[in-house]
Amino acid sequence: MISVNLLAVFYLISGVLFILALRGLSSPETSRQGNLFGMIGMTIAIGVTILSVGNFSTGFLYLLVLMLIGGSIGTFIAFKIPMTAMPELVAGFHSLVGLAAVFVAISAFLNPEVFNLGFQDNIKIASLIEMSLGAAIGAITFTGSVIAFLKLRGIMSGSSITFVGQHYLNLALGLILVCLIFYLCKTQVDTWFWTIIIISFLLGVLLIIPIGGADMPVVISMLNSYSGWAAAGIGFTLENTALIITGALVGSSGAILSYIMCKGMNRSFFNVILGGWGATDQSSSSKSKEQKPVKSGNADDAAFLMKNASSVIIVPGYGMAVAQAQHALREMVDVLKKNGVKVTYAIHPVAGRMPGHMNVLLAEANVPYDEVFELEEINNDFANCDVVYVIGANDVTNPVAKTDPQSPIYGMPILDVEKSKSVLFVKRSLSPGYAGIDNDLFYRDNTLMLFSDAKKMTEDIIKSL
Amino acid sequence: MEVDPFIFRLSIFILTIFIGYYVVWSVTPSLHTPLMSVTNAISSVIIVGAIIAALASEAENIFDAANIFGFLAIILAAVNIFGGFLVTQRMLAMYKKKKKDKK
Repeated sequence: MISVNLLAVFYLISGVLFILALRGLSSPETSRQGNLFGMIGMTIAIGVTILSVGNFSTGFLYLLVLMLIGGSIGTFIAFKIPMTAMPELVAGFHSLVGLAAVFVAISAFLNPEVFNLGFQDNIKIASLIEMSLGAAIGAITFTGSVIAFLKLRGIMSGSSITFVGQHYLNLALGLILVCLIFYLCKTQVDTWFWTIIIISFLLGVLLIIPIGGADMPVVISMLNSYSGWAAAGIGFTLENTALIITGALVGSSGAILSYIMCKGMNRSFFNVILGGWGATDQSSSSKSKEQKPVKSGNADDAAFLMKNASSVIIVPGYGMAVAQAQHALREMVDVLKKNGVKVTYAIHPVAGRMPGHMNVLLAEANVPYDEVFELEEINNDFANCDVVYVIGANDVTNPVAKTDPQSPIYGMPILDVEKSKSVLFVKRSLSPGYAGIDNDLFYRDNTLMLFSDAKKMTEDIIKSL
Repeated sequence: MEVDPFIFRLSIFILTIFIGYYVVWSVTPSLHTPLMSVTNAISSVIIVGAIIAALASEAENIFDAANIFGFLAIILAAVNIFGGFLVTQRMLAMYKKKKKDKK
């Protein structure tokens, strides 16, 4: 048994530890320690909560068993999941947080005495608002993340699904939610509470289906943010500092990541959320272009070019993740380094399907993180570089973003690949990328197209080196 | 006149958003994926709400609807806590510096 004040102090401590956990991520050296702080914070929060409830009867036994079951599932997933599946794993985990928030809100609604929120059918107005907001955001997070998971996993088509009046429908549903919360506070009728949850589930689906595959980094960050706000909403309901602190941290973290991702594509947040980029622009680009000459080569040409270069920059993209080519790539780089070639990696902020996706894959392949650079750090180096090896990236290298104001990607920061002496472009075909825009780079004199699967081509190059 | 405790909580909330803002901007972009998985793990602190919901009522009606929702939330949050922290650990363990001598 602990007093309420002591309990609050402990929650504050875990809140501070969570801040330190995020702080640790400012550099890979301190990050592991940060993660440890996070675990300690969580252990403290759970431990003091159990002590404060002070119920060590049958219920406690169930609690232990359930935590053990959940914990084993989580541990199993954490160790089994391949690194390429990280985006869908994170989406899946977000959905669990969302659903847990909904469940806790329901539980608080059904049994408000336990949380000192008043009595059934007479819950404090402030608590009702907080819990219905928590439940609504949690529900949106849940179904939204499930859709994101299905899209990332490829169970559902990654292209955007739009229909007439979609945005008005979403707007209407949003307004209905506000009205329902108002009526719930006024009447305390539980039907409204259930309706709020059901509509929020629906809204979560509708919000995510119009967003296409390559915009997933924004979606995942956004859902990350939502799961934080849901936790904060529940934190206010339960008057729990640990939850409020965590919710605010996670909420702002996700929001910042969404902002960084949008900036990486030079699009406004609303533009991404409203969806349908690829859908509208495809027609304009593909018809007007005639066949232009393309230089294509094979693995031997590529190996020759790279072996005789003094510096090579590698530009990985989502295609590398799909082909699981990161290990082959590292091997190729090892061989090049043995030949005295200086090799670095350039990563665009929105490469892949989630923030930092490429970095994790390269780290998995044992690429040292001090050879991997972000766009701003490395963009000036392309001019002094002999060979660029573009593997699975496309739109993020398209010079059109700088030259053609008509292009939908105009203004998007790109890697200045075209400035290097020669470009090796591994791609299966000449088809345009996600944005549906032809890449000028394919037709440049200094570009050599390598038509093949990313992994196979890289392995062939190793052989000819 | 005393200040409503809600205002205190709101203050904590707003100030923490600012802390989050500055802390997250200092996170290196190469660690954005671990950032997402660790924020995901810590947001599972919602389990404290679930624990209270599941255990707080009298022992005899432990299978009330309210408790059952609490128990369900405990499982979900536990998956997330263990999964989130461990997968972050696994990712962070892969980030290595350049080795001085290559084998």
